[in-house]
Amino acid sequence: MTALTAPAGAVADARLRPVPWRRMAGIIWRQHRYALTGEVAVLGAVAIALWLIGTSLHHDYAAALACHPAGSQACAVAVLTFNGSFAFIANGGILLPLPVLIGAFVGGPLLAREMETGTFRYAWTQGFGRHRWALAKLVSLAVAVTVPAWLFSLELAWYYQPYFATSNQGFGLTEMNPFFPALFDLHGVVFAAWTLAAFAIGGLAGMLIRRVVPAIAVTLAVYVGLAFAVGAFLRDHYLAPLVTTSSLNLPGSAWILSQWWTKGGATLSPAAMYQVMDNAMTALNPTINSPGQKASAYSTMLQYLTQHGYTYWTQYQPGSRFWPFQWIESGGLLALSVLCIAAAVWLVRRRAA
Amino acid sequence: MNVLEASGLGKRYRSAWALRECTLEVPAGHVTALVGPNGAGKTTLLNLAVGLAEPSAGNVTVLGGRPAGSRAALDGIAFVAQDTPLYKNLSVADMIYVTRNLNRRFDQAFAQARLDELGIPLKRKSGKLSGGQQAQVALTLALARRPQLLILDEPVAMLDPIARRDFMDTVLTAAADGVAVLLSSHVLAELERAAGYLILLSRGQVRLAGEVKDLLATHRVGSMEELALSYLRQNATEVAR
Repeated sequence: MTALTAPAGAVADARLRPVPWRRMAGIIWRQHRYALTGEVAVLGAVAIALWLIGTSLHHDYAAALACHPAGSQACAVAVLTFNGSFAFIANGGILLPLPVLIGAFVGGPLLAREMETGTFRYAWTQGFGRHRWALAKLVSLAVAVTVPAWLFSLELAWYYQPYFATSNQGFGLTEMNPFFPALFDLHGVVFAAWTLAAFAIGGLAGMLIRRVVPAIAVTLAVYVGLAFAVGAFLRDHYLAPLVTTSSLNLPGSAWILSQWWTKGGATLSPAAMYQVMDNAMTALNPTINSPGQKASAYSTMLQYLTQHGYTYWTQYQPGSRFWPFQWIESGGLLALSVLCIAAAVWLVRRRAA
Repeated sequence: MNVLEASGLGKRYRSAWALRECTLEVPAGHVTALVGPNGAGKTTLLNLAVGLAEPSAGNVTVLGGRPAGSRAALDGIAFVAQDTPLYKNLSVADMIYVTRNLNRRFDQAFAQARLDELGIPLKRKSGKLSGGQQAQVALTLALARRPQLLILDEPVAMLDPIARRDFMDTVLTAAADGVAVLLSSHVLAELERAAGYLILLSRGQVRLAGEVKDLLATHRVGSMEELALSYLRQNATEVAR
């Protein structure tokens, strides 16, 4: 048996210097290397796939744009090729679960596993101090989870670039609205912000529920609810929408929230307006169908109704607000994440074993 | 110096008191045994002493007045919880790394020499070790922190007799070197040769506390086990009445 030397007579020093924060770095790496390498591996695999198909997509796009003469058979084929290229990913829907999967699977178990397996009794009785331990873990891992997500979102922005060119419609190419729900989440800073929020929700859920699997499940549920609420009810109110009476001049990047007709200051019901348009259609039929007609039926109709005292109102968010909206949403999610992490640390500090 | 002082200490979980009006002074220089039947409040008292739980009433300090759970307290205490929790997916070497970096003091040479002596491979994952080996690793990590007070919650309950003896030998060696030890157990036989100070708990209250030799003399009994059993029986009869 090894002889134990007498314990170094620890002085009861009230001004005991805390164990330095940086010592947590190696600990966090050892404990969470699988989660972190897992995240990087998943994002890396998707990134390589995106890069491969993205290169091909950009190539198809350039070919369609460069095609001459515009109306030829060959150009029609080029346009169809671009529009059909990887259409499954064009609206971004299948990439949408990435932030929550990363966040929930790294954040959910972080504290829940300690509680579930009892290792918190080890960790919280070391000299480092339990709330400092929790804070170091949550903040470091929040950064470690968010940075790869942000890098990945840069690639997403590159990938979706062709779809956002405002000249696309003129060429018959697919053009996506930058506010389109899934794409708004994918090609700006909010992708990283949502990943951070999922992680922070997971961390708090883990501390509240104290079990790994339920914590992950609750994180997924809360995230889906939050993402839906933000997309459906909150996002269009970040800034007061603009209103215009010349909807024809709106570029494709504008996010149209609602449209309605008025006459003499009174708003018309859709049913009433249907009747009005039906009558207008009868009156306009000869004009629209005349051989020399250049303007579209839609614009002819608008013109006719405007002349007869009807006004068409459009409430919208202009495309120029894409980045302000990205920052507003990211700011909100950052605040939410800080709150969740603070609450989790507070619980670690307060929670009786 | 008292390694543990409690005054009017109480802990309530929802409506039931797990520990009530506990007033205690545990002097340094002993192995102190905290005994009592299951559910007597032993774990609750130890959790309060290491700061894992907050008192509902009264207060508790360790190592001469340091508030339980404070940085100063945790610096001088090492705690091995029931079932000796380790990070199962970390190797023994990683557990050493983690413990060293979570504390101001850590005797790396001691930890390595002891694990070597016990034949526990450093590269093995903690979860792959036997129960006895896991307990020894947890104890080694605790001792390598060079604590003034070592607190063990039911350290031998899950161990086979040989592992139990090895474990207690290590604890006694540490005690002989001047580490104050406070351990809870419902296995009295193991404590017989170790304990110099006894605290008897039952149904959340301290029934008896004092130096073993004084207690044996006063109560005219031959062994600690006899003392505890007679005391608990007497208590049970009182309750029955």
